[in-house]
Amino acid sequence: MSNYPLLSLAIWIPILAGLVVLATGGDRNAPLARIFSLVGAVAAFLITLPLWAGFDVANGGMQFVELSSWIPRFHINYHLGVDGISMLFVILNAFITIIVVAAGWEVIQNKVAQYNAAFLIMSGLMNGIFTSLDGVLFYVFFEASLIPLYLIIGVWGGPKRVYAAFKFFLYTLFGSLLFLLALMYLFFQSGGSFSILEWHKLPIALGPQIWLFLAFLIAFAVKVPMWPVHTWLPDAHVEAPTGGSIVLAAIALKLGAYGFLRFSLPILPDASHELSGLVLGLSLVAIIYISFVALVQEDMKKLVAYSSIAHMGFVTLGFFMFSAMGIEGALVQMVSHGFVSGAMFFCIGVMYDRVHSRQIADYGGVVNTMPKFAALFMLFSMANAGLPATSGFVGEFMVILGAVKFNFWVAFGAATSMVVGAAYTLWMYKRVIFGDVANHHVAELSDINLREFAILGVLAIATLWMGLHPQPFTEVMHASVNDLLRHVAISKIQ
Amino acid sequence: MFDNFVVPNLLPAAPEIFLAVMALAILMIDLLVKDSRRTVTFALTQLTLVGCAAIQFFTSTGDVTYTFSNMFVDDLMSDLLKLFLYMTVVIVMFYSRGYIIDRESMNKGEYYVLALFATLGMMVMISANHFLTIYIGLELLSLSLYAMVAMNRDSVLSTEAAMKYFVLGALASGLLLYGMSMIYGATGTLEITGIAERLNDGGVNKSVLVFGLVFLVGGLAFKLGVVPFHMWIPDVYQGAPTSVTLFIGSAPKLAAFAIVMRLLVNGLITMAADWQAMLVILSVLSMAIGNLAAIAQTNLKRMLAYSAISHMGFMLLGIVTGVVGGDPRYALNAYSASMFYVVAYVLMSAGTFGMILLMARAGFEAEEIDDFKGLNKRSPWFAGIMLMLMFSMAGVPFFIGFFAKFSVLQAVIAAGYTWLALVAVLFSLIGTFYYLRVVKVMYFDAPADDTPLVTPLDMRILVSANGLAVAFLGIFPQAIMSLCAYALLRSL
Repeated sequence: MSNYPLLSLAIWIPILAGLVVLATGGDRNAPLARIFSLVGAVAAFLITLPLWAGFDVANGGMQFVELSSWIPRFHINYHLGVDGISMLFVILNAFITIIVVAAGWEVIQNKVAQYNAAFLIMSGLMNGIFTSLDGVLFYVFFEASLIPLYLIIGVWGGPKRVYAAFKFFLYTLFGSLLFLLALMYLFFQSGGSFSILEWHKLPIALGPQIWLFLAFLIAFAVKVPMWPVHTWLPDAHVEAPTGGSIVLAAIALKLGAYGFLRFSLPILPDASHELSGLVLGLSLVAIIYISFVALVQEDMKKLVAYSSIAHMGFVTLGFFMFSAMGIEGALVQMVSHGFVSGAMFFCIGVMYDRVHSRQIADYGGVVNTMPKFAALFMLFSMANAGLPATSGFVGEFMVILGAVKFNFWVAFGAATSMVVGAAYTLWMYKRVIFGDVANHHVAELSDINLREFAILGVLAIATLWMGLHPQPFTEVMHASVNDLLRHVAISKIQ
Repeated sequence: MFDNFVVPNLLPAAPEIFLAVMALAILMIDLLVKDSRRTVTFALTQLTLVGCAAIQFFTSTGDVTYTFSNMFVDDLMSDLLKLFLYMTVVIVMFYSRGYIIDRESMNKGEYYVLALFATLGMMVMISANHFLTIYIGLELLSLSLYAMVAMNRDSVLSTEAAMKYFVLGALASGLLLYGMSMIYGATGTLEITGIAERLNDGGVNKSVLVFGLVFLVGGLAFKLGVVPFHMWIPDVYQGAPTSVTLFIGSAPKLAAFAIVMRLLVNGLITMAADWQAMLVILSVLSMAIGNLAAIAQTNLKRMLAYSAISHMGFMLLGIVTGVVGGDPRYALNAYSASMFYVVAYVLMSAGTFGMILLMARAGFEAEEIDDFKGLNKRSPWFAGIMLMLMFSMAGVPFFIGFFAKFSVLQAVIAAGYTWLALVAVLFSLIGTFYYLRVVKVMYFDAPADDTPLVTPLDMRILVSANGLAVAFLGIFPQAIMSLCAYALLRSL
């Protein structure tokens, strides 16, 4: 299978599908646009499956590599490849795209073609980010993916969508511009190469390492997002349409974390060690403080948005303890969060489509009218709270285990959030689902239809599979994580 | 009596001669053409430009050739810039046509002839190797432009803009001339290559030279439209008829780049440390004021004027970073980055004004940002084109504007001016805001005006091609980048 340029296909099929969908034109052809998008998304997903099937788990290096010259003048190459770290995200991304297309099937009635096309194009661009092995190629995908999300939030979003779209765009652009300068600096340091893999071997003195690390940190921290540059996320989430929230939580947040693994740790190992305290501190603040912030939210989407920030805190915490347990736990957490937060946002979308409110106070007793929904929502709430046997547990548990070895108090801090996390999720669940029927809106609710059931069912299977049998996931990443740790352990100062 | 007269080598100037002859011929022919058949003039103009391009292409030797007693130079840089120039003017004329047909007082043969003369002026500027040649070219360009700005005689705004442009332009020409005379006083020659030789030999009075340089840079800054010599730009961009704004906002940037290269790099490279310091200030100020002031604009043309100021500031960064501490190692890289930036900017600018012209109708200018409200509803295709142009201007990939910024920034970092790169990046971030706002208006807002776009097919095709080119060249920028680098390599 590896004779085919699978990664290029994974990038360009969704983008081409997006252009085809755009070509269907106005809303008269909306059914056609929907079908094309679903076909495109499924095709794009199928094309990523051979990546998993043909993946050599013993090989920690890059696989399915494609290399050709793009802009010879600056030695920029079209260089793609996946390792155990990035492979899962390509598949996750393709998978989530199907969910998103299905999620907007009935809800989106306005500019259907453009809506679906934006998601398909974004999906392709995100695959580009996860598979780029060239700094500029990575950057180009990284920044280009802002455009579709900007439009998604701004066109199909809620009442404050314009503010949220601008905030989202400018915040993330600010981070990535510094990143661009860092890339150029590395280009000259390495004697004219934008190859990420070559940068992994490049010796750099501590001083520049620190500056580069800070530039990377700002870029990725905004994207993750880490406290205190997280404020764009709740706004973006609240205003985005359901599909936008799903992609934002499931995929876009992973980009920053992925950047740490691809850039910060291996290229700047000494600065990573030097400044790990800073990152750990910020991660702990995100985990503990943001969890408490989530506790007081009255808007369900905001609550899940804050819980996303807390969960991503676990991810960055796991990375910067420099242990296999921590990093693998963080990666599992990233994939799991993709399923769980996607599902949570979809659940909220299901209720919002019916009642047109996201306020917790507007609900109560939903279980009486939507029993099937309540059961599935329960599962995802549990997963969000990190209950054993769900995927949410595995990642957090591994990170906390890693933290215990690293430093007891860090582990203690991280573990408290499991309590708070359970508190805010379950409390929200209780207020929304249980109790007496709160008002006539809730009384008139109809339970989920087949489409919604299928979406939630697939996500539920994924969540449980990962929770009960995480080994296929960790097995894939094992060799690459070990390689990464070897890189991080070797000082680059000469 | 003519014993000493040697016929100069006319070949390097063949396109200029052809254009001059044709412009005069068209002026005569147009007298016989009725208003309703102005297409004849238009077609002749376009054919002339295509002819120029053909002559340029086939007479290009790739070597540096001087002629007219070293007053005129033909090298690969000038060939390439002129080819871009013809292309730009052809596009501009296509875009202008519908607009001026809708506007009685502008639909005259003079419009095309003035544009041709302005083009001739720019060609002379691009190929100038002598202060006088530069000045002649510049005046030919400026005088034609003054007249073009004022062509819409009934408009108070246009007339005012033309007056402002004329008065300030004359002042700038004065500055430039004064600077030139000082440098002449110090070096004893008006020839640009000659000046470089004198300066290399040493023994030139430095204080007179620097004094002259200040005026020279001031004059150039005015023509480029960088802060603090930018005051005319917003008023002229806004006041001029849009088709003329399109012209002013595109092609002359190529010529201005050329004279900056000729004067500062070819002529005064030994003074690099002095003029670089001046250009850094001009550049940072332009990026700051251009981007900040653009945010406050509601008129799209005025916003684009400030954006032009900031873009020219950005372009200057490449010129600033060519020589570091007397070491010209990075010169080629830096200057070609600037050249690529100018070419990219001209393409984007032409496309954006093309969009305004496309939206405009008789009696409706489409020059307010709000006129683009809900364009996505009215015409998703052209909203998409404008979206690409705006993101390209903001420097977001995959569009050519990104690689323009990229190449200049890498030149800045190569030269070790990291702080300058940081400043540039921060102001581009601020700049992104107002481009995003145009996208916002088109996509997020409801249309204020539901009339479908009525535009001739050729205009639609051309604007679309222009927008797609911005995307295509953003994915494949290599060809133009290396062309610029190669041309400069053979010319410096």
